[in-house]
Amino acid sequence: MTPAGIAVLLGWGIFLSLFALAGGLFLLGIDRKLAAHMQARIGPPIRQPFIDIVKLLQKENVVPENAISGIFNLAPVIALASSILILFYLPVGSILPILGMYGDLVLVMYLLTVPALAMVAGGFASGSPYATVGAQREMVTMIAYEFPLAIVVIGVAWRIGAAGLSSPFALATIAATPIWTVVGPLGLIGAFILLLVLAVVTPAELSRIPFDTQEAETELAGGLLVEYSGRNLAMFYLAQGVKTLILAAVIVAIFFPWNLSGFLAMPPWLALPADLLFFLAKAIVVLFFAVTLVRVGMARFRITQVVSIYWRSLSVIGLFGLILLMADAALPALVGVGS
Amino acid sequence: MAPDEKKAPYTVQIGPVHPALKEPVMFTFEMDGEQVKTVDFAPGQTHRGIEWMGMRRNPVQIVHLTDRICGICGVVHTLSFSLAVEQIAEIQVPERADYIRSILHEFERIQSHLLWAGVAAHELGFDSLLHLTWRVREQAMDVIENLTGNRVNYGIVQVGGVRRDIAPEQHPIIETCLSTYEGLLEKLLNLFLEDRTIAMRCRDCGILTRKDAIELCTVGPTARASGVNVDLRQDYPYAAYGDLDVRAILPEQYIGETHGDVYDRIVVRLLEVGQSCQIIRQCLSEIPAGPITAEEKLAKLLAICKKAQGEAIGRVEAPRGECLHYVRMDGKDSPTAWKVKASSYSNLMSWIPMLKGEQIADIPIIVASIDPCLSCTDRVAVVQDGIRTILTKEHLHRLSVEKTRRLQR
Repeated sequence: MTPAGIAVLLGWGIFLSLFALAGGLFLLGIDRKLAAHMQARIGPPIRQPFIDIVKLLQKENVVPENAISGIFNLAPVIALASSILILFYLPVGSILPILGMYGDLVLVMYLLTVPALAMVAGGFASGSPYATVGAQREMVTMIAYEFPLAIVVIGVAWRIGAAGLSSPFALATIAATPIWTVVGPLGLIGAFILLLVLAVVTPAELSRIPFDTQEAETELAGGLLVEYSGRNLAMFYLAQGVKTLILAAVIVAIFFPWNLSGFLAMPPWLALPADLLFFLAKAIVVLFFAVTLVRVGMARFRITQVVSIYWRSLSVIGLFGLILLMADAALPALVGVGS
Repeated sequence: MAPDEKKAPYTVQIGPVHPALKEPVMFTFEMDGEQVKTVDFAPGQTHRGIEWMGMRRNPVQIVHLTDRICGICGVVHTLSFSLAVEQIAEIQVPERADYIRSILHEFERIQSHLLWAGVAAHELGFDSLLHLTWRVREQAMDVIENLTGNRVNYGIVQVGGVRRDIAPEQHPIIETCLSTYEGLLEKLLNLFLEDRTIAMRCRDCGILTRKDAIELCTVGPTARASGVNVDLRQDYPYAAYGDLDVRAILPEQYIGETHGDVYDRIVVRLLEVGQSCQIIRQCLSEIPAGPITAEEKLAKLLAICKKAQGEAIGRVEAPRGECLHYVRMDGKDSPTAWKVKASSYSNLMSWIPMLKGEQIADIPIIVASIDPCLSCTDRVAVVQDGIRTILTKEHLHRLSVEKTRRLQR
């Protein structure tokens, strides 16, 4: 790579990082406002997460005496850094994944576990029974939702591959050929089922009600995060925001990859901000249905119930969607053989 | 080594201050994974010495002190203390006062049960329901404010009667509130009892068997949810309840069976909101005219109380169960003895059978399910040389024998 290429990459990287931080906090603010309105409250202003971060950064950073301070302090940094890193592999608006040539959807799936693992490490290093229980629950939740998530990723990529496109796992390919355009009627149903599965995985990834057992305020007083304060907590909070943006970006990239500039002719200087805004709008809609609506309308599950929901119900539903997609790909061929 | 000895059980402490607890109490759980092995709890964190303060005041003043024992049960404590003093001083409470007392008592039950329902929803992580129930509860608070002048610490009950009358123009206000609640009740029952997540979390969770409920002397909704047919309003009517039609609410009336779990406790409390509405309506239609207090002049009332001698127990069915005030007066300004036994005191021990074998996730809702009121309950805190000690039964017995000897001398 040429030095100029590296400079451009760096520039995009910095731009995307800032976008991820600001956009993530913005999404958290929107989520809180929408939830508040649905609960007949006024709710905090949309900029409240930004105010919280500023406040947290000014606060004392307490490290408990019996914590392993190295891991304890490193965990929030890893969580934030890895969350931002995922965004480099995802298409954001009309910006193609800037590290797309180095990794695909499978890598994204692996990277998604890193912030969660960092939180687990931080929780175990806190030396508090609440955090320990929270960390155990986070691991169990992770194991629970990983399988349905894999079904979705493989299902979509396999169908796109079956449509004859090369490198189906690359996000650029997935973004360029929306799954809806390559499938028949059976596949449409299958893809819709997979979209639902991914939507149900989202609250668990973001540890939101009803799958927020690892933080469960009334049970574990914050669980994993119970000992964190000040700068470290601010970083976890930022990571939470970025993760929210990423989960929305994953759903958008796989299922709703369209851009405004694809429909309306506009000059390039306008296309970028317009597409970014359109991306944020899509993210808000996705998160509203996957996170806000769900967390307002449900009670928290027990950890055992979380596992059975993901392993039994959701996996079966996901596999059903996968079979529909496969049937959709195989059917024309079978019909062709028959005639 | 037995196989289950290999796993080192760990200890989780919840309290004295924790988001799951609305009032301070200290829990120690021996855990095995997510499962509770043993439970221990230590109340006494919010003792304020109200009885001690009361012993230095006269009954007319104490009534308003009892109002402050609990933030929710203002009428309950004032009423049960007044009932005790009225028995000792042989004061005949006018009938109209009895009806007004009952109306306020039931409004208090409505707001207390709705408050509890909101807390329960929050413990389950269902915040929308919390906001909904608490918004609905405001209407009962507004009516209480309209009737008594205060949202909490009503200061309405006094020895010999009540301090404010209910004017005819206040009837429509009460009526509007009641019909709103009767309309809402269906919706609330639907929201709490038909919701899948709530049923998943509450069904067969925190079970208290009928046998345990009787042996542990549980009272109120906690006992009724386990199928024990107790309700002071039905068993030992006080105030206007003798004239009214009150039957204890049991879960089997609604769902045809009794599990004795958290779900049944929700059923009982929500149905009691509807029952309270009916009782208030009945009170309003049957309320007789007449004075609202046996003795209007406080100085005269004080003189009567001062002459009174004897002991009595005032019992009241609080929203949480039976509340009891024991008073002994020996012809002096202040009572010789005053003992409060709040309803939660009888219910706390039921935590132990309920919590054993349950998951961490269910601790908050099980703890909340008996609607514990610790500021009502905490009557003593023993601190010697800066160290808190636990007094055993033998020790307490020895102390009481010593005290009896001292009194006999």
